Amino acid sequence: MSLTTAPAAAAPAIAKKPGGIGRAREFGILAALVLVVIAATVKNPAFLFSADGWRDLLLTPSILMLVAVGQAIVIITRNVDLSVGSVMGLTAYLTGRLFVDVPGIPIVVVVIAAVLLGAFLGLVNGALVAFAKVPAMVITLGTLYAYRGINVLWTGSDRINASDMPKDFLGLGTQQILFIPVLSIIAVIVLALAAWYLRNTRGGREYYAIGSDPSAAELYGLKVTRRVLSAFILSGALAGLAGVFYAARYGSISSQAGSGWELDAVGAAVIGGIAITGGVGTVWGAAIGAMLLMTINRALPILGIPDFWQRAVVGVLIIGAIVLDRVLAVRQRRQLIEARDES
Amino acid sequence: MTTTTTTSSTRVIRDYDRPLWRRVFVNREFAIIALLVLVTIVAAVSIRGFAQPITANYLLLDVAPILLIALPMTLVMITGEIDLSVGSMVGLASVVTGVLTESGAPFEVAALAALLVGVVGGAFNGFLVTIVGLPSLAVTIGTLALFRGLAVGLLGTTAVTDFPETWTALAKAKIAGTTIPYIVIPFLILLVLFVVLLHFTPFGRGVFAIGLSKDAARFSGVNVERTKFILFVLSGVVAAFAGIFYTLRFGSARGDNATGLELQVIAAVVLGGVSVFGGRGHLHGVVAAVLLIGVLGSSLRLAGVTSDVINIITGGLLIFSVVAASVLAWAQRARAKAGPPLRVAASPAP
Repeated sequence: MSLTTAPAAAAPAIAKKPGGIGRAREFGILAALVLVVIAATVKNPAFLFSADGWRDLLLTPSILMLVAVGQAIVIITRNVDLSVGSVMGLTAYLTGRLFVDVPGIPIVVVVIAAVLLGAFLGLVNGALVAFAKVPAMVITLGTLYAYRGINVLWTGSDRINASDMPKDFLGLGTQQILFIPVLSIIAVIVLALAAWYLRNTRGGREYYAIGSDPSAAELYGLKVTRRVLSAFILSGALAGLAGVFYAARYGSISSQAGSGWELDAVGAAVIGGIAITGGVGTVWGAAIGAMLLMTINRALPILGIPDFWQRAVVGVLIIGAIVLDRVLAVRQRRQLIEARDES
Repeated sequence: MTTTTTTSSTRVIRDYDRPLWRRVFVNREFAIIALLVLVTIVAAVSIRGFAQPITANYLLLDVAPILLIALPMTLVMITGEIDLSVGSMVGLASVVTGVLTESGAPFEVAALAALLVGVVGGAFNGFLVTIVGLPSLAVTIGTLALFRGLAVGLLGTTAVTDFPETWTALAKAKIAGTTIPYIVIPFLILLVLFVVLLHFTPFGRGVFAIGLSKDAARFSGVNVERTKFILFVLSGVVAAFAGIFYTLRFGSARGDNATGLELQVIAAVVLGGVSVFGGRGHLHGVVAAVLLIGVLGSSLRLAGVTSDVINIITGGLLIFSVVAASVLAWAQRARAKAGPPLRVAASPAP
C-alpha cells in the first residue's frame, strides 16, 4: 500500500465531540431551511399555509432526499456515485413500462422491481469499484453515460404519460395521511432507518472507519470490499426507489428523467455536511441539504428573485457550507492541540 | 473521492530499465493512439461518407471545445485535483460575450471581458482550493452551480444571436484549400504551450511531483499552492476561450450552453491515461482520446447509429480502459510473484 497520498487527504477527519460541533453543523443548515421557509411564508402565506404549498414543501424534496441519503453513504466511504441520475431515469422508465405492459400489476411488485433494478445497477458500480480497484469517480462517470445510453436506447422517443399509469399509483404521488404526503412518510422512514443503521450498528460505523482511512480499515481487518460494495448497492436501490417516486409524482417519464440529478445529490450531501474526503457527516444532514436545495428553488420567485438565479444561490450555499466545515475543522484541531498541551 | 488503497495498482511506476522500444510502444498512451488509428481506418473503409475531407471539418468543430479544455484539465488532474466548473464557465463566458455585444460593446471588447471572467472564475476556484484548503471536487461542484447560475441569471431563457458576421464566419471558416477549421490554429498553439509547460519545464515537473506526493514536492522546493492556483486560472481562461468559440460557432449565447461538457472533458482526460489519483498522464494520450471519442461519434452517426449508443460506447470505453489497466497491473503482479523477480529495482513492492 502506498502511503503517499493518504495522510494529507485524511487530515480533517478528526472525531467530533459528541453533541457539540457535530450537532451544530446540522443545526446550521436546518436553521437556514427554517429561515427560507419563514421568509417565503411572510412574503406569501400560501407558501406554507395552503394545501398545495404545504404538500409541495414536503413532497418536492422527498425524491432528492432519497438519492442524497444513498449518495451520503457512498461519500462517507470516500467514494462517489455519479450515476444516480441515470439509475433514477432507468427505474422511472421501468416503473412506467411495467404498468403499460403488464395491466393490473400490483404496485408493490413494481416498487420492488424498480428497487431491485436500482440495486443491481449499484452492484455493477460497486463491483467495478471494489474489485477492479478503480476510483469510483471514473467508474460511475462511465456508468452515468452507459446507463443513460441504455435508457435512451430503451425509451427512444417514447414518453410515458400519466394516463398510462393506474390512478392508485399516481395517487401515491399526491395522497396524504394526516396532512403529510405518503411519499414523504416513506422517505422519512427510509431516512430514519439509514440514520439509525449508520449511527448504532457495527456495519454502519464501519462505513465511517473505511472513509476515514481505507488502509487502516483494511489493516484492522474490516471487510472493505464488501462494505464498499454494499454502499453502492444501497445508493443504487435508493435511486431506484427515487425513480418510482419520480414516476408517481410527475406522471410523465421521458428518456431524460433524472438527468443532472447526480450533481444535485452530491451538492445536497456536501451542503449537509458530508465531507467529500469521507468519514464525516450524517444522512440527516444530507436530507436537510436536499430539502434546502429544493425549497430554495421554490422560495426564490416568491422572495422576488427570478428563479433563474436559483443555481447561483445553490452554488453559493455549497461553497458556504464547505468553507464553514473547513473553519470548524481548523478551529476544532486548534482546540484539540490546546487540550493536549494543557494536559 | 478516491480510494487510497488502490494506488499500488493504478499508479504505474516508470521503470527506466525497460528497453526504450517497450517504453515507447507498450503504454497507455500508445494503446489509445493505436486504437484511434484503428478506428479511423475501419471507419474510413467501412462507413460510406466518412472518408471525405468534410468529415474532418465537422469532427474538429465538434470536439474543439473539449480539445481546448482538456489541455489545462490534464495538468489539473495530474496534480490530483479536478475542475468540474469548466462546462459552466463555457456557458458564463458565452453569456458575458452575448450580453456585452448586445449592449453595444464591440465584439472584441466583449470577448476580452469574457476571458477576464475566465481568469477571475479560475482564480476563485484556485483561491478556495489552495488558500482556504478545500477539496477541489467540492469546490468546483459549488462553482459549477454558481457559474451556471450567473449565466442563466444574467440572460434568463433568452438568447443573444446577433454577432458580427466576420467573427461567426471565422469560427466556422476553413483554412484555405483544406477542410480544416481555423480553430485548430489556436488549439495547436495552446497544445504546444501546454506540452512545453508540462513536459519540458521545472513547472511541469512540479505538476507531476505534486500529483505523486504533495509533501515530497513541497520539501523539494515546489510551490504547491502557487502551481495549483496557476493551473485553475489556466483552466478558467481556456474554458472561457472555448465559450467564446462555442458562441460564435452556433451564433448564439445562451445560459445553458455546453451543459454537461465537464463530464465529457473528464471522461476524455481519464480515457487518455491521466490518473485521477494524480501524478501520471501525457497530453498526447489525452488529445488522442478526445479525437477517438470524436471519430467514434461521427462515424457511428454517419452509420445511422443514434447518439444513445454512442453514449453507451463512450461510457463502456471509459470503464474498459480503466479496468483493463488494473487487470493488466494485477496480471503483472501475479507474474512477478510467481516467477523470478523481474524488475525489482524499479517496482516497489505493493
